[in-house]
Amino acid sequence: MSSEDGPSKKVSRKPRYSRFTQQELPACKPILTPALVIGILMCLGIIFIPIGLLALSASENVVEVVDRYDDVCIPSTDQKVGFIKDPATNKTCIRTFTIPKKMRKPVYVYYQLDNFYQNHRRYVKSRSDRQLWNPKAESSTTPCDPEGQTGDGKPIVPCGLIAWSLFNDTYMLSKNDAALQINKKDIAWRSDRTHKFGSNIYPKNFQNGTLIGGGKLDESIPLSQQEDLMVWMRTSALPTFRKLYGRIETDLEANEKITVTIQNNYNTYSFNGKKKLVISTATWIGGKNDFIGKMYMAVGGTSIVLGVIFSLLYVFKPRPLGDPSYLSWNKSPTLD
Amino acid sequence: MDYHSQIEINENSPQFSNRSSSALSVQPRASGGHSLREVSFSERGGPTSVRHGSRGAESEGFSASYKEIRDDDARLIYINDPEKTNDKFEFAGNSIRTGKYSALTFLPRNLFEQFHRVAYIYFLVIAILNQLPQLAVFGRGASIMPLAFVLLVTAVKDAYEDYRRHRSDKIENKRLAWVLVDESFQLVRWKDIRVGEIIRVCVDETLPCDMVLLSTSDSTGVAYVQTTNLDGESNLKTRYAKQETQMKNLENERISGLIKCEKPNRNIYGFQANMEIDGKHISLGPSNIILRGCELKNTEWTIGVAVFAGRETKAMLNNSGAPSKRSRLETSMNREIIFLSIFLCALCAIVSVLHGIWLRHHKGELDLMQFYRKKDYSEAEEDDYNYYGWGMEVFFVFLMSVIVFQIMIPISLYISMELVRVGQAFFMIRDNMMYDEASSSRFQCRALNINEDLGQIKYVFSDKTGTLTENKMEFQCASIGGIDYSSGNGSVEDSQTGNLGRGGEQVLRPKMKVKVDPELLNTSKRKHTNEGRHVHDFFLALAACNTIVPLTIETPDPAVKLIDYQGESPDEQALVYAAAAYGFMLVERTSGHIVIDVQGERQRFNVLGLHEFDSDRKRMSVILGCPDKAIKVFVKGADTSMFSVIDRSQNLNVLKATETHIQTYSSKGLRTLVIGVRDLSSLEFEQWQSSYEVASTALMGRASLLRKVANNVEHHLAILGSSAIEDKLQQGVPEAIESLRTAGIKVWVLTGDKQETAISIGYSSKLLTSMMTQIVINNNSHESCRKSLIEALLVSNKLADAPSGGSENSSHQLGLIIDGTSLVYILDSELEEQLFELASKCDVVLCCRVAPLQKAGIVALIKSRTDNMTLAIGDGANDVSMIQMADVGIGISGQEGRQAVMASDFAMGQFRFLVPLLLVHGHWNYNRMSYMILYNFYRNAVFVLLLFWYVLFTSYTLTTAITDWSSVLYSVLYTSVPTIIVGVLDKDLSRTSLLKHPQLYGAGQRQESYNGKLFWVTMLDMLWQSVAVFFVPLLAYWGSNVDGSSLGDLWTLGVVVMVNIHLAMDVTRWYWITHAAIWGSIIATFLCVIAIDMLPFLPGYWAFFHIVKTELFWVCLLLITIGALLPRFAVKVFVQYFGHNDIQIARETEKFGNSRRYSQTQIEMHQIFDLPQR
Repeated sequence: MSSEDGPSKKVSRKPRYSRFTQQELPACKPILTPALVIGILMCLGIIFIPIGLLALSASENVVEVVDRYDDVCIPSTDQKVGFIKDPATNKTCIRTFTIPKKMRKPVYVYYQLDNFYQNHRRYVKSRSDRQLWNPKAESSTTPCDPEGQTGDGKPIVPCGLIAWSLFNDTYMLSKNDAALQINKKDIAWRSDRTHKFGSNIYPKNFQNGTLIGGGKLDESIPLSQQEDLMVWMRTSALPTFRKLYGRIETDLEANEKITVTIQNNYNTYSFNGKKKLVISTATWIGGKNDFIGKMYMAVGGTSIVLGVIFSLLYVFKPRPLGDPSYLSWNKSPTLD
Repeated sequence: MDYHSQIEINENSPQFSNRSSSALSVQPRASGGHSLREVSFSERGGPTSVRHGSRGAESEGFSASYKEIRDDDARLIYINDPEKTNDKFEFAGNSIRTGKYSALTFLPRNLFEQFHRVAYIYFLVIAILNQLPQLAVFGRGASIMPLAFVLLVTAVKDAYEDYRRHRSDKIENKRLAWVLVDESFQLVRWKDIRVGEIIRVCVDETLPCDMVLLSTSDSTGVAYVQTTNLDGESNLKTRYAKQETQMKNLENERISGLIKCEKPNRNIYGFQANMEIDGKHISLGPSNIILRGCELKNTEWTIGVAVFAGRETKAMLNNSGAPSKRSRLETSMNREIIFLSIFLCALCAIVSVLHGIWLRHHKGELDLMQFYRKKDYSEAEEDDYNYYGWGMEVFFVFLMSVIVFQIMIPISLYISMELVRVGQAFFMIRDNMMYDEASSSRFQCRALNINEDLGQIKYVFSDKTGTLTENKMEFQCASIGGIDYSSGNGSVEDSQTGNLGRGGEQVLRPKMKVKVDPELLNTSKRKHTNEGRHVHDFFLALAACNTIVPLTIETPDPAVKLIDYQGESPDEQALVYAAAAYGFMLVERTSGHIVIDVQGERQRFNVLGLHEFDSDRKRMSVILGCPDKAIKVFVKGADTSMFSVIDRSQNLNVLKATETHIQTYSSKGLRTLVIGVRDLSSLEFEQWQSSYEVASTALMGRASLLRKVANNVEHHLAILGSSAIEDKLQQGVPEAIESLRTAGIKVWVLTGDKQETAISIGYSSKLLTSMMTQIVINNNSHESCRKSLIEALLVSNKLADAPSGGSENSSHQLGLIIDGTSLVYILDSELEEQLFELASKCDVVLCCRVAPLQKAGIVALIKSRTDNMTLAIGDGANDVSMIQMADVGIGISGQEGRQAVMASDFAMGQFRFLVPLLLVHGHWNYNRMSYMILYNFYRNAVFVLLLFWYVLFTSYTLTTAITDWSSVLYSVLYTSVPTIIVGVLDKDLSRTSLLKHPQLYGAGQRQESYNGKLFWVTMLDMLWQSVAVFFVPLLAYWGSNVDGSSLGDLWTLGVVVMVNIHLAMDVTRWYWITHAAIWGSIIATFLCVIAIDMLPFLPGYWAFFHIVKTELFWVCLLLITIGALLPRFAVKVFVQYFGHNDIQIARETEKFGNSRRYSQTQIEMHQIFDLPQR
């Protein structure tokens, strides 16, 4: 039966051919061949182990002196909190230690707090970044509660629990009875000094309440120069953290005796926090930390082991790639 | 009348699907000055005796329900009185509004509709929780942004679509129609048409609303409509005006009456109403109504009364989409979602319990602790600040952790899945391999949410006629008077003198040419021999005994006109075309007479009566008044029903011969019909006529009365012969079935044809092979069915136990052939279980003589007893129930109209497209979607765990080092695009390999790409990766002076780089788009982190620039990525290399396989799929 459709030929609705619509775009089809796999694994090993070694040696080269003083710089009474909160008591405390190895400048002075949750939700939210750089936003203290306003409703600048709890221990270092200058300039980020903390914002009503959380600020110095505050307000990620106190711009020789005069003002006793003074050099890996080095070694080692296992399997139980006789329906049942 | 019974009629007689044909009755009219003599029975009465529209089978439904239209269920229409009709203003006007929204209601309604999705409600609840001051974990903006974004995008899309609908509505509403106002017809806008008004529609106009026909230009009240807009069928349908109204001159004579009809409903094939006019009660059925959207054809004008208008019309009520199904993958995904919710709750519980313990432990210290400061001293009175007691704190922490960990439930996955499905549908629709040249139809995706099911099909249920075969019937041969005319080689002769009819000076020619057997042609011209008379009667019967409407079509040559035979049954069309080819051309049909051009001489036959086909009799008959005054009844029907009414006392030899011939024909796969004739004496005729009159005017049980009348006249027939029609196999069907079977898909054929035809089609389509053992079950009692089932089971067990000979496994393949009668006893009884057991052992199942509901029953038999996915494919209304029952329903947009397509999830032009659809697209879709779901689970969970680990170091207070914006953007921006791109584009194997090795399809059937085991392995991997990504930076920076924001940036970048590289590792095909998406996402993340850190009002200002300068940052990033992914890489490599996974091996073959084998495949491909264009 043939149809005489005549002139009324319909316009073809056939989809226009394109490699895209037919899903035939040129494509790279990588296949993990044994050679490629072994190559990748070995390469990983070859890259990772040297990096690991480098990291380990960098960590090894870091000289670090850690001195915990919160437990010794306080009379061994039951009234630790009372002692630390009493503004009248003398909180000076002298510690000495020796430098184990030569420390090249710059030598960093950190304070380390343990068990201080600077990442606690109540804490991290309690700040007003707007207020820190915009003089007009002085009174935007809503997120800062309970340290937003003074009892009589005046805005606190800088407000919030973070600023309120500013760390206020001080350290005076001396080497062989000669004072060791600690440079406290440029310890905060430049971006903080120039943009985040305004040069026309001055502390106001700060630490005026009944409960003193920490350090006070000089109301005549603008926030952009209050570097300790800036460092403190970069809240730490973890409950154990260091914050930069200052830099020593001279080399410290091995076996030199360092004496530190500590003003032990900061109250970590109410929550059993530890305070440590850290003097350390720095490398590309940061401080003293073997973890990265060890992990790189482990990953590199694992890759090589896997590579070797795979090579052995490849040698002893080879399978030609793309051999159709391995397709399940091509195998004779006896092989199953 | 319900839908199923409707299609049942159609089904049982594919040969006779005359749904809207009519029982035409006596037409005593002495009109027309033809030379032909009238057979006049005009003494039997004037116009009143004429009755139309009394439809046999269909009238049964509403004659019984004559009393059933209760007043409260009915709508009352006062003809030509729209005010009275709609005095309560309860009926819709004719203006339509497919637009959902107006400018005012857009916002609330659109939001309301969008929030119907559970996912959005989850979003919303979380966002609302976050707005409570005690729980404000994220910033306001960050928490609302994703939801707002999704809502906005959807709203814009909806608004645009709605705008377009409004525009088309406006055009539609402004169209004009003739409405009877003040006794003359005036042009009125469509939107102003009211129910009850009388409307006139002219030829080729579209109907403005649903109307009951009152009168038509045809004196007998016939009107033809084309329902393409409604159901896609291009055939003409006949509709009737009732004689009571037909006679009225509506313009001069004010008509009034009352129509009591059913409430508006969606059924386009059903309508019931009663009309009260001039004190007479008339019942109306589906053949008396014409529907909005149809076009009037072949009828000069028609007048009707509007009964349903506007949104209440059947066309509008049918405007909604196909029923939605949910994919297998999505269902099993929901199980894993439940696991994840449990996991989420567990995490939240851990956090809140630990927080509670911490609070207890530090109870005494909370007041003064610098980072807690429970007391607020700023007020005069010391008060607890933001502290609600231990219990409440724990509870709040629980809620807060739900907010923080919310993306554990991957809401974005639902949106991604939709996008991926749209992308997949785009590719399926555009696939050239699934474009049908013949009908110029593309593949259609009607359901958008079951793409991936196509990759898991285990059972295919196929209709035969129109699906495996073309449903283009072709008259092949005939057995006439016991002589078989099938030997001759047919030829299509262009200038056959016999098949040209002369209409005056004009030459008429049938539109389709048929192969003509020269021997038969010659015999037909020898009028005076015995054979010649037989042949003459035979072809006369073919030309007359049908409901075909001949239409003349102009051709460029003014002297030649084409005759197009319109009818609903392709078989009848084929027979009429065949008759025309042999010189018996049906030229004209009115309700009262037909004109047949008998070998150049026009003869007029009065159609005195017509008993249309019904499924009980399985035959139809027409009573003709011949030019020579004789009255003959011609009957045509299925062999079984015909042989019982043929007079066996005469012509026994012919009968025997014909029976043999029929056997031969059906074994060749031909469809046979038997034709018989009987002369009626005038006494017999008068008896018949009076009983017919009574039956067709009966109000109750009209159908059965008519059937009785028909049975009374259809007996003692003389056999004329039998016709054989070939139902051609579609191109590529055997190859396609072969492919599907190799793919491990069981193909079942369910057909209404008889057993022999079904088996022969089975052979020609390679469904059955000579190697197979056939089990045939055709019984007609419960007991015998049970017996044969048990026997068959024994046989199958024996074969299964038999040692498989050294040869190929095909030695004991089983084929089951079962017929509809047996199924009647088996389905819905305890034998079902045995049938299922037997069927699952058989490789092929053929069901013949099955009714539509049985088709659905067979699908249900499998669906309810196995986990396997079922697919039903069919083309006719009789397949609708099966298509809707199966997991995936596919409609063939073919000859039998579009109901199947309307009910289907996917529609395509040819059966063979099933192969690329399942083996290629199904496989891809399944793999892509499975991978995407697993990856999304992993991606979100790894981020949640990263947050969770950090919470353990913040005294369980749900601080996030990662900024709010990054946590929100993580699943929206940082990692979403690559998964969608990979979900749409990645191909594990090329089309060629998939078609070459259909066995690869098994991966989907065995659920290899997504299953519980894979989920848990992924989760284990996720656990390791989250540990790596979290603890590497943590331990590297432990005790250092790093600040939270810097470390947060490292974590953000670490996790994003890691999950993107993870994805990159699993991509099998790298297009430039894939490269752009994956590396682009990583770059975009860096840019976003930079942008966020450049906002001075966020605490993390400039942090990124500080940390990025340190080497440690980069060292950590590298260690995270490699350390996290190394185990996955190792496992993947080992599994790929030693797991002997078929897909992996095929992929390698694709790349490294030798070229010889490759080129061979391509030739094969061309054979199957690149068929020559017709």
